[in-house]
Amino acid sequence: MEIRRRNHHIEISELDPFLAELLRQIPASANPDGVQAAEQRLFSAPSNGKQTELCAEWRMYVEPELRRLFQTATETVAADLQQLNGNEKSFANRTLRIPSKHADAWLSALNQARLVIAAKNNFTENELNDHFRSPIGSRRDLSLFQVNFYGFLQEFILRELES
Amino acid sequence: MTTAEPTVEQETRSEDELDVPWQVVVHNDPVNLMSYVTMVFQRVFGYPREKAERHMLEVHQKGRSILWSGMRERAELYVQQLHGYLLLATLEKTC
Repeated sequence: MEIRRRNHHIEISELDPFLAELLRQIPASANPDGVQAAEQRLFSAPSNGKQTELCAEWRMYVEPELRRLFQTATETVAADLQQLNGNEKSFANRTLRIPSKHADAWLSALNQARLVIAAKNNFTENELNDHFRSPIGSRRDLSLFQVNFYGFLQEFILRELES
Repeated sequence: MTTAEPTVEQETRSEDELDVPWQVVVHNDPVNLMSYVTMVFQRVFGYPREKAERHMLEVHQKGRSILWSGMRERAELYVQQLHGYLLLATLEKTC
């Protein structure tokens, strides 16, 4: 896989089918699917519990706005990912071009996905910091790889935003 | 002819609550990237990179950092923005 900036987009080329599939899973992975821990992480409380009135107002007025914000980001990413559709059975490498103006949506969707996966799997800090863990032997290992791969993409997009 | 009484909006928060300075606190989260958290602090509070990094490291090492303190309404707005970036942020009353 190669990732570079080209004019007004970020290009991820030489994407093998496995990594292309992981990218395709970003929008679905960002969905808490009703898992309470994931839901609570995406929509965390605005106070340490003493401000019950504030928390109630927050749920009523702020949470719906946050939901819309997060959904808009994942929809933008899902639309960009349609470039990877069409040849699911082909083992040829793919190229994905992310318009620079979609960088914030990608950062948000990748972050949503990482947080939801981590919450669903209840990863410990040690697991999340173990970047040399391999090979992938279980569904949990794959989820951890997914979190790290999405983190790598986030780092690259952040560097591009800074430059 | 009768004159309608003007409607008086009831203030639901006490004056004390509004006057006390409030703090915007960001809590540690092992998933969010350090570079991402720094960028969010720069964007939301307009902090220069060095100051944003100092706060990010404080969150990382001490578990929390007070990013801002002042009036409640503005503090709420900051917490909302931080939640929009998926950071763990809370609003706390200054003791």
